[in-house]
Amino acid sequence: MALSRLSSASGSNLLKPLTSALSLRRSISSAAADDNTTITIETSIPFTSHVCDVPSRTVETSPKELMKFFRDMALMRRMEIAADSLYKAKLIRGFCHLYDGQEAVAIGMEAAITKKDCIITAYRDHCTFLGRGGTLLQVFSELMGRQGGCSKGKGGSMHFYKKDAGFYGGHGIVGAQVPLGCGLAFGQKYSKDETVTFALYGDGAANQGQLFEALNISALWDLPAILVCENNHYGMGTAEWRAAKSPAYYKRGDYVPGLKVDGMDVFAVKQACKFAKEHALKNGPIILEMDTYRYHGHSMSDPGSTYRTRDEISGVRQERDPIERIRKLVFAHDIATEKELKDIEKEVRKEVDEAIAQAKESPMPEPSELFTNVYVKGYGVESFGPDRKEVRAVLP
Amino acid sequence: MGIRRRFGRLITNWVDRKPFSTSSAIVEQTGKPLNLYSAINQALHIALETDPRTYVFGEDVGFGGVFRCTTGLADRFGKKRVFNTPLCEQGILGFGIGLAAMGNRAVAEIQFADYIFPAFDQIVNEAAKFRYRSGNQFNCGGLTIRAPYGAVGHGGHYHSQSPEAFFCHVPGIKVVIPRSPRQAKGLLLSCIRDPNPVVFFEPKWLYRLSVEEVAEHDFMLPLSEAEVIREGNDITLVGWGAQLSIMEQACLEAEKDGISCELIDLRTLIPWDKDTVEASVRKTGRLLISHEAPVTGGFGAEISASIVESCFLKLEAPVSRVCGLDTPFPLVFEPFYMPTKNKILDAIKATVNY
Ligand SMILES: Cc1ncc(C[n+]2csc(CCOP(=O)(O)OP(=O)(O)O)c2C)c(N)n1
Ligand SMILES: [Mg+2]
Repeated sequence: MALSRLSSASGSNLLKPLTSALSLRRSISSAAADDNTTITIETSIPFTSHVCDVPSRTVETSPKELMKFFRDMALMRRMEIAADSLYKAKLIRGFCHLYDGQEAVAIGMEAAITKKDCIITAYRDHCTFLGRGGTLLQVFSELMGRQGGCSKGKGGSMHFYKKDAGFYGGHGIVGAQVPLGCGLAFGQKYSKDETVTFALYGDGAANQGQLFEALNISALWDLPAILVCENNHYGMGTAEWRAAKSPAYYKRGDYVPGLKVDGMDVFAVKQACKFAKEHALKNGPIILEMDTYRYHGHSMSDPGSTYRTRDEISGVRQERDPIERIRKLVFAHDIATEKELKDIEKEVRKEVDEAIAQAKESPMPEPSELFTNVYVKGYGVESFGPDRKEVRAVLP
Repeated sequence: MGIRRRFGRLITNWVDRKPFSTSSAIVEQTGKPLNLYSAINQALHIALETDPRTYVFGEDVGFGGVFRCTTGLADRFGKKRVFNTPLCEQGILGFGIGLAAMGNRAVAEIQFADYIFPAFDQIVNEAAKFRYRSGNQFNCGGLTIRAPYGAVGHGGHYHSQSPEAFFCHVPGIKVVIPRSPRQAKGLLLSCIRDPNPVVFFEPKWLYRLSVEEVAEHDFMLPLSEAEVIREGNDITLVGWGAQLSIMEQACLEAEKDGISCELIDLRTLIPWDKDTVEASVRKTGRLLISHEAPVTGGFGAEISASIVESCFLKLEAPVSRVCGLDTPFPLVFEPFYMPTKNKILDAIKATVNY
C-alpha cells in the first residue's frame, strides 16, 4: 500500500542537511528562537506533479523557524491529546475529530501564506483554527460549549471559525466546504488583492460529486483556489482504495494541475503551498494532495484500530512523525539539546492545562442564545411555548 | 468496526428517555428480546434471504455500518449483494434508482438522515416521479432508503435532525418511521417489498435502548395504517418514532391528573391514515401532535390542517403542536429545543382546560 512505500522512502531521506558548513554551535534554544541564520535542507521526498512543474526540494529555513515549527506542532499535539481526555471525561459533548498526526499540514500551510488568504475546511478543524491565530482558550471554551469559545459555544468541535484571520471554518457535511471555497476565491479575484483560498477536504470527501463541480467552476473561471486534499488514507473506516478507483487525488482534476506532497514534512507542505499560491494567482486552481496520517480514530467513538493494523500506526509514528522529523533536524544542526526540546514540551503542556482551567471558568451560553443568529435580529425567529403565547422552554 | 460504539455512549446519558415497547399490548408475541438495530438487521437478513434480487449498500455498510444494522450481511450474502459505497450520497441514491428500475430491490443506507440532503434531488426529482412521468413504463418501486434520524442527547447540528417533513411534500414516495424493534422489523420488510420507493427513518436514539420480543419469522406490518397504542377519551395524541415514548410518559402523568389520553402511532407519514386519527378525534374532541422536527412546516401542520377541515365541529380546543423549536438543532441547548415530556404535559392540560 502507498503508505508503506512512502514511509520507507522517506525514512532514508529523513535528514539530509545539504550544507555541513553551517554547524555553528548554539547551546541555548532561546537563542535559537531568534536566530535567523539560513539553513538549507531538502524535503523528505521529491514532489510528484500532474500537468505542472515541480517545486524544488531544496528549501531554506533557520533555527528560529525550526524551533517555531517544533513548538507550534508540539502545542497542537498536546491540545488534541487534552481534548481526548476532556471528551472521555464528558466535558466535551457532540462529535469530536482530532488532528494529531496531521499537524504539519496546518503549520506548513500557514508558514507559506498570510491571514489575508482564506482557509476553509471540514470538521477536523481545531488545529487549523489554532494555526490561524486562534487561542487555546477559545479552542477549549468552544469544545466545552462555553461563551468564551470561538463560536460563542454554539458550534462545538466541528464548527470553529475566525473571521479576522480568514478562517471560514468548520463544516459538517463532507465535501460541502469545497465549492464554498470557490466562491471565496471568486471574491478574492474580484477584489484583486493577490490573495487565495485554501479549501481543505479529505480522501473520503474527494469522492463527492461537489468536488468535481468545484474543480470545473474554479478552472473555468481561473479562480485563485487551492484544493487541498488531506489524504490521511481513511474516510471513517474505509481505506482510500476501497472507495476510490484512483487514489491519486492530485491527478483527479484532469485539466487542473496537481502536486503530491509529503504531508508529514512541514517543509514540503510549506514549499508546496508557496508554489500553489503563486500558481493560483497566475493560472487558476491547483490540487495539493497531502499524504498524511491521523493517529486517532475517525472521531472519539472510533478506537481507530479495527480497520488498520497497530503496526501501520506505529510505523508512521516511528518513521514519518512530523514533530520527530523536526526534532531530528534540530539535533542534526545543533540548534538545541534534547533537554531544551523536552522543556518546550513541558511548557506547552502547562499552557494547555492553564487554558483548560480557564475555559472551565467560562460560563455556558445564555439559554436565550438558542434563538439568536438564526436570522438577523428583528427579522427573525419567534418561538411559542405550549400555551401558544409566551416564549418559554421548560427543562425536562 | 469501532465506530459502532459511538451511540452506545450517546444513548446512555439521557435519563428521561425510556424505551417504548409494544410487547405489553401484544401477548401472542413469541420470540427473543431484540433491540432495534438487531431487529433491522434481522429484517435485512430476511429480505436478502427471500429475494435474490435484493441488494443492500451504503457507506461502510459492508462492515456493518455505524450503527451495526448491517452486521454479518456481507459475510452471509456476499460482497456482490451487500457492499460499501464511496462517500457520495447523490451517487448512492441515483445508483439505487437505476438498480431498482431494473427490477431489483435496492436497499440504500444513508449514514445519518442529516446527510440525505446531498441526495435530495435524486429522491424528489428522480425516484418520486419516475413512474408518473414515464406513464408507468418505468418505476423504482424496489427502492428503500434507510436513514437514522433524530436526537441522541448531544448529537449537535449534523447528527440529530428529523427531516421527514421535506419528504412528506413529495407525492410518489412513502415515508415510514417505526417506534420499536418489532415495528421496525415488520415495517421495514413491508417497505422493501412495497412497489413504491420508500424513505424509512430509523430512530437512532432507540437502536440499543428499545428492546422487545420480536418474532423470528418473516412478518410484515401494513403501511399507511396508524395504530392506537393507548386508548383514552379526553385528548388524542399523534406522533411517530422515538417521540412516542416521550408522549407515552406524558400520557401516564396526565392520567394522574385524571386526563385520559389516546395515543396514536402514525407509522406511515405519507400516505397517512387519516381515518384512524379522525375517528379518534371525533371521540376525544381534542388533538395534540408532537414531533422533534421544528414546528413550522413540520408534518404536524398537515395533520392539524386536515383534522380541522374534517372534524371542525367536533373540536373543543385548537389543535396543539408540541415540536422542536424553530431553530437549527442545537448542540448546547438540546433539552430546551426538544418537545419534552413536561412541554407535552403542559399542552395536554392547556388543551383539555381550554
Ligand atoms: C454528506 C456526508 N456524508 C457522510 C458524513 C459522515 N462522515 C463524516 S466524516 C466521514 C468520513 C470523511 O473522510 P475524509 O473525507 O477522508 O476525512 P477525514 O475524516 O479522514 O479527515 C463521513 C463518512 C458526513 N458528515 N457528511
Ligand atoms: Mg480521510
